[in-house]
Amino acid sequence: MAQQAGRRYLRAFVSGFFVAVPVTVTVLDRLAYVARVEGVSMQPSLNPEGGSEDDVVLLDRWSVRNFQVQRGDVVSVLSPRNPQQKIIKRVIGLEGDFIRTLSYKNRYVRIPDGHLWIEGDHHGHSLDSNNFGPVSMGLLHGRASHIIWPPNRWQRMKPSLPPNRGPLETEDDD
Amino acid sequence: MTAEIVAKQFLEAVRSKDLLWWLSGRSEHTLLSGPSMEPTIVNHDIVFSERLSRHLCKIQKGDIVIAKSPFDPNMNICKRVIGLEGDKVCTSVLSDLLKTHTYVPKGHVWLEGDNFRNSTDSRNYGPIPYALIRGRVCLKLWPPQSFGTLSESPTKAIIKSQSGSNSD
Repeated sequence: MAQQAGRRYLRAFVSGFFVAVPVTVTVLDRLAYVARVEGVSMQPSLNPEGGSEDDVVLLDRWSVRNFQVQRGDVVSVLSPRNPQQKIIKRVIGLEGDFIRTLSYKNRYVRIPDGHLWIEGDHHGHSLDSNNFGPVSMGLLHGRASHIIWPPNRWQRMKPSLPPNRGPLETEDDD
Repeated sequence: MTAEIVAKQFLEAVRSKDLLWWLSGRSEHTLLSGPSMEPTIVNHDIVFSERLSRHLCKIQKGDIVIAKSPFDPNMNICKRVIGLEGDKVCTSVLSDLLKTHTYVPKGHVWLEGDNFRNSTDSRNYGPIPYALIRGRVCLKLWPPQSFGTLSESPTKAIIKSQSGSNSD
């Protein structure tokens, strides 16, 4: 009797597991993604205290499926240096913008079509477009919409450009 | 082509395990347009690609891949992988007298179309990040007379690495 009950529980568990896993994977793939932020490259916006507790952010995958991002958004991208790593940086410039770079091989860059310029807020401690140049929009993974941990840092992340970082104004407006 | 030949090619594809990836739902079929991969793939062919190799980082030199275009994320390109990170690739065009070479940077791949006279690829826009690759083309589905696995590179553009195995 006990054996039969046990087998029934096992069957229920296994069938539930196979439904739950594909649904979870689809949600993670298409809608949202939760990620722990490591490192100091986005201080003071993310991980302001450094070592004590890493921020956990909610990455919105739905809004980047059409590659619509604004200047000032914090986004996660697949690293051009390591395809298995995701990096979180701020979008400074969109395609067509002229950017004055901080430590790139060229002083001024026109961002090519289909590319973005991303920078970490903590200049000098960030591996970003100043190292590897404009990144292709095809590498966009998600937009960090909220900080969800630790609880005292609960907030919605609004797009904002750091002071003096942004596209240069050109004379002709289109 | 006779049904026998088609069936033989089908069995070869199953044996090479590519159909299993398709059944697992991690693959897609794509209609290709353009001349850049002739004669291996011609205009309006439908090919079948799997995504597992890309996620396991098992894309190899000589594979035909489908990748997002670096200049338009909504467009896809289909080219052959000529070089992986660290490989030496030839960047000169046919008209150059001197051959120039470059090394593929970390995390990138060098793509070229089989129709080297009529293809916009890494020789024009440089190496592209590995993460832009969507999948590896493993089977041609249409037209039915050329159904089956795809052939090796006709251009001999792939420089075999000196270190490692002596026979390829």
